[in-house]
Amino acid sequence: MADDKANAAAYWKANVRLITGCLIVWAFVSYGCAILFRPLLAGIPVGGTDLGFWFAQQGSILTFIGIIFFYAWKMNRLDKQFGLGE
Amino acid sequence: MSQFAINLLFVGASFALYIGIAIWARAGSTKDFYVAGGGVHPVTNGMATAADWMSAASFISMAGLLASGGYANSTFLMGWTGGYVILAMLLAPYLRKFGKFTVPDFIGDRFYSNTARLVAVICLIVASITYVIGQMTGAGVAFSRFLEVSNTWGIWIAAFIVFLYAVFGGMKGITYTQVAQYIVLIIAYTIPAVFISLELTGNPIPGLGLFSTHTESGVPLLAKLDDVINALGFRDYTADVDNKLNMVLFTMSLMVGTAGLPHVIIRFFTVPKVADARWSAGWALVFIALLYLTAPAVGSMARLNLMTTVYPDMAGQVESYEDAATNPILYSDRPEWVRTWEETGLITFDDKNGDGRVQVYNDGNDAFAETATQRGWNGSELNVNNDILVLANPEIANLPSWVIGLIAAGGIAAALSTAAGLLLAISSAISHDLIKTMINPKISEKGEMLAARISMAGAILLATFLGLNPPGFAAQTVALAFGIAGASLFPVLMMGIFSKRVNNKGAVAGMLTGLGTTLLYIFTYLGWFFIPETNMLPNTPDNWILGISPLSFGAVGAIFNFAVAFTVSNATEEPPQEIQDLVESVRFPKGAGTAVDH
Repeated sequence: MADDKANAAAYWKANVRLITGCLIVWAFVSYGCAILFRPLLAGIPVGGTDLGFWFAQQGSILTFIGIIFFYAWKMNRLDKQFGLGE
Repeated sequence: MSQFAINLLFVGASFALYIGIAIWARAGSTKDFYVAGGGVHPVTNGMATAADWMSAASFISMAGLLASGGYANSTFLMGWTGGYVILAMLLAPYLRKFGKFTVPDFIGDRFYSNTARLVAVICLIVASITYVIGQMTGAGVAFSRFLEVSNTWGIWIAAFIVFLYAVFGGMKGITYTQVAQYIVLIIAYTIPAVFISLELTGNPIPGLGLFSTHTESGVPLLAKLDDVINALGFRDYTADVDNKLNMVLFTMSLMVGTAGLPHVIIRFFTVPKVADARWSAGWALVFIALLYLTAPAVGSMARLNLMTTVYPDMAGQVESYEDAATNPILYSDRPEWVRTWEETGLITFDDKNGDGRVQVYNDGNDAFAETATQRGWNGSELNVNNDILVLANPEIANLPSWVIGLIAAGGIAAALSTAAGLLLAISSAISHDLIKTMINPKISEKGEMLAARISMAGAILLATFLGLNPPGFAAQTVALAFGIAGASLFPVLMMGIFSKRVNNKGAVAGMLTGLGTTLLYIFTYLGWFFIPETNMLPNTPDNWILGISPLSFGAVGAIFNFAVAFTVSNATEEPPQEIQDLVESVRFPKGAGTAVDH
């Protein structure tokens, strides 16, 4: 029973750590590259405009898809590793 | 065959398909009605979620918003997609594990309080009703143009169709009609975009065409667009914004709103396993991205096409944009599509300087006023409603008439699928959470289904009435709904999963604070209950607190919600042990059955 509890706690900790990492990337591309740091990216030209504009209109969406699939894949492995899947 | 006959054919055929599917997949039990029997494949569910969630605002208004706002309106793109990341990691799998039918179900049980359940029902209804108004307005625009009926009739026809398949099919019918609607809407959206991209840049993929070279002039498309609109006194399309705080908050509001919208959340209750809920969110975003990566191209290309239609000299290689801007087309030479849209009143022309030519420029720009006077201009003369850009696109680009019929079917599919999803969320909150859980727990399954269908019919009538008297254009109303859902429901759902300490009192206080402050802020600028002229302050950036627009306030409301909930919870007693065990159990997938009733 105590083992179960420790196991569940470790699983949850790993999950929260994974979520935090993913959220940092999520915030970095959208709020960061596309909005706040856009002036810093102004020197990198992309098709008639700059990299910040590309992140705002396309780059962040593509990254979001990558984050979700990465998270789902990683979580499914954690489920198995901790024996807490269905 | 006339254009009208073709439109009728496409719209009629797609309706027949939806209604056919609704009859085939009609709901036999409450489980079918609320969660489609719980056996939907994650990819199918992703597709249905995409249609459910991509509304008239995404299909009809978003390209127009991007066209008029350029970079500044990228917030819609990032906000409406970024929410899926939070949904996939912070809500969907845990709520799926919890395994009940509705969002208030979770809130009521987790916070062991019928008050919390009731507040959640109210938040859900306020957000969903606000949202459904936008869908009805959108459907009205599409119907009135393509079936050549008045806006009022357009809205009534939409209400009747939604009634037929949502009331009888429930979640099961809606899931499979939404899959069909997704296919119709994505084809309708991308075909014209591909042709327009080919025409302007030679690149068949619109998302890549956006960053390619404009064939006729040999300069990058976006640079060309900047030059053209600059000569007419508009800001650069790609220009950065000054108020970054507002842009960040607006994006955040749309993100937490997406994650907090009940009709999206309940879609994740229909998949068989917790792991499927995670995959499903990813698939939903893939299907959404097909449209969302195309929309920026549609917006910028439509804007360029519109400008070069009015100023033909600006189309090819241009020596001096100053000179090219002095030679707009004669009103009598205007293209056919302008004539047809003039009939709907969504394009209007007013020859202010009486020269028989069409001048379009930024007459709100004081620095440009002198140039305009020199050119003999006396105000911008052509007024084009933002919402028509996508619908008019095939005509602007001279595409064959069947493409126009297809776009008609797609626009209507987008509006109807979202309206149906919202109405289902509203009706299940009323029949399941209010009637079954709180008022009459002994109600039979048959009685509960009847109550669900009656409340859905009532919700459709209310939505139709509000669609006929809308508070703003489609996308703005939708943005408000996101603010409300994000400020009231999202924080409390998240705290319910990630904190064992937040108790019933904290949750209720938090929800009321989030909903209250957000509504107060919105009503201050947009009028009480959106009734015109009852606003207490004019809705201009100078009057906004710290430059935060009413549309961006949802994120601030959510922060208040979190703060109040934690403060109140820490000042009061801990939640009972069985609730802490419940929180523990939703955190890992083991032991999840299909979604079950009480």
